[in-house]
Amino acid sequence: MSPRLRWRKFVSGFMLTLTGVCATVAVSVLFFILGYLVYHGGSSINWNFFTKLPVPVGEIGGGMANAIVGSAKLLLLASLLGVPIGFFGGVYLAEFSNSSIAFVVRYAADLLNGVPSIVIGIFAYALVVLPFKHFSTLAGAFALGVMMIPITLRSTEEFLHAVPRALREGSMALGASRWRTIMSVVVPAAYRGIMTAILLALARVAGETAPLLFTAFGNRYWSPGVSQPTASLPVMIFTYAISPYDDWHRQAWAAGLVLLALILIVNIFARAIVSRGGTILR
Amino acid sequence: MATSTTTVPDAGPSTGSRSLLARLTSGDEIARIITFIFAATVVLITVLLVLQLWHDSSLPRHKFGLNFFATRVWDPIAEEFGALPFIYGTLVTATVSLLIAVPLGLGAAIFLAELAPQKISDTLQFFIDLLAAVPSVIYGLLGVFIVIPLMREYLQPFLKRTLGFLPLFQGPAYGVGFFTAGIVLAIMVIPYIISVSREVLLSVPRDQREAALALGSTRWESTWKVVVPFARTGIMGSIFLALARALGETMAVTMVIGNTPTISASLFSPGYSIAAVIANEFTEATGEIYLQSLIELALVLFLLTFILNGLARMLLLVTTQKGSGMGQV
Repeated sequence: MSPRLRWRKFVSGFMLTLTGVCATVAVSVLFFILGYLVYHGGSSINWNFFTKLPVPVGEIGGGMANAIVGSAKLLLLASLLGVPIGFFGGVYLAEFSNSSIAFVVRYAADLLNGVPSIVIGIFAYALVVLPFKHFSTLAGAFALGVMMIPITLRSTEEFLHAVPRALREGSMALGASRWRTIMSVVVPAAYRGIMTAILLALARVAGETAPLLFTAFGNRYWSPGVSQPTASLPVMIFTYAISPYDDWHRQAWAAGLVLLALILIVNIFARAIVSRGGTILR
Repeated sequence: MATSTTTVPDAGPSTGSRSLLARLTSGDEIARIITFIFAATVVLITVLLVLQLWHDSSLPRHKFGLNFFATRVWDPIAEEFGALPFIYGTLVTATVSLLIAVPLGLGAAIFLAELAPQKISDTLQFFIDLLAAVPSVIYGLLGVFIVIPLMREYLQPFLKRTLGFLPLFQGPAYGVGFFTAGIVLAIMVIPYIISVSREVLLSVPRDQREAALALGSTRWESTWKVVVPFARTGIMGSIFLALARALGETMAVTMVIGNTPTISASLFSPGYSIAAVIANEFTEATGEIYLQSLIELALVLFLLTFILNGLARMLLLVTTQKGSGMGQV
């Protein structure tokens, strides 16, 4: 082996090892984050965290029950906006549209998907907060719902496209109308994929903080109905983390652990659905 | 995001001969109209968003013009607004983050696409996908309590001792600042670079690798001199995507950048970014022109990410088409 070849082999081995190191570092960040949250948050989670309201500044204890309920309400309302528009829009793109309209809709959806979340917050502020003249659950849910639309729309379209054409033809040969075919044959065939997409969209907006800052705002108490400002887990983590109080820091860790656990569980669950139903996509 | 542009061929019989009434009663036309309304809503929302940003930033656009981007005074009381420190902070943090994230992310992507066995590659990719799902406020939380102390106690003093002759690494080590924000951003965008670059590398046809190996190149030479150049445009696309993310990121940056509008050559100096100033001051902005100046900043952010995302999509489309086209030859 000439020295030159030996050198080339050494470089090859060295650089390839280095890429392995890069991959290890990148993946270990996840376990590092999880470990820290479990370490700091685990010791701060107790029953009070889930059942009590925040206590006034200076008092020790209290919980984030209102933020947990607030987040749930925001997500529910957001899906009421984001899922129908995304789903039916996706059905239109996959089943009915001609290519020039489809191009415009897809372009708009991709554009919307790339808009920084804080800008979506300003949009919701102008559209919902200003007319009602105060911060509200509704405004926060609107912002999150808008963020759900592009993800749901593009995935619905993609999964509908993946349904084999023979299924459609079979249904229509039996005399079913176009719409009947879509609703009772095509959509059920793509059901798992679409559910996964909706779950992933929910998990993504569940952690969004920036669009809630000036829409849902925050609240130290319960927020009845949908027209009052409301607390939410991500905003609570933000306010508590940058506060100067140790007890609040403790609770920020606990809230971070709860939020991350929820998001990761939904992610893992959603990916499990799609991998079990993978056959339809082949 | 796959960018399939094929539309499903019309599977039904030609409906042209049937009357509109017949089609309406079969429900198909109604369904088409209803789903069209939902699809049109998406376009409507997007157009509305752009119009609203444009309309609600008219005051500062007329009063300050292009000076808005060139002056550094941000004085709500005198109603003088210049965005330079925020634009500077956004660009500096994004640059720092890419300088860290691109080599690391590309390296990891090469490992996943070229070296690791399928099973290991898929498992690691699964973890990378989970990492991409971690919300930014969690990164901010870890930034505040882990990264900032680490920077203040260890990394910044170390850099000052070793590279302190550079103006980049001078000044007091506060912990917060451009450098810390850049590092937190880097951690956040690495998963995007890895996922997209891995896809692009995997789409490089097998013949390319085999030809290089057959000509006597080592494994690394075939990867670095053949596969990576072949996937170059797609990798650029992934970097643009990451850059767009880094520019628009709000929470994590707000929590670690220090929130002081300064322009300083030192990376250790506290700074401010466009997204952070909007997050901090929007609810407190009194006075029309103050609020509208913040909205103009949002417009700038929107345009930046719009351009970068568009470029990224174009580059990725070009690569995937090139990959599949060559594969069939």
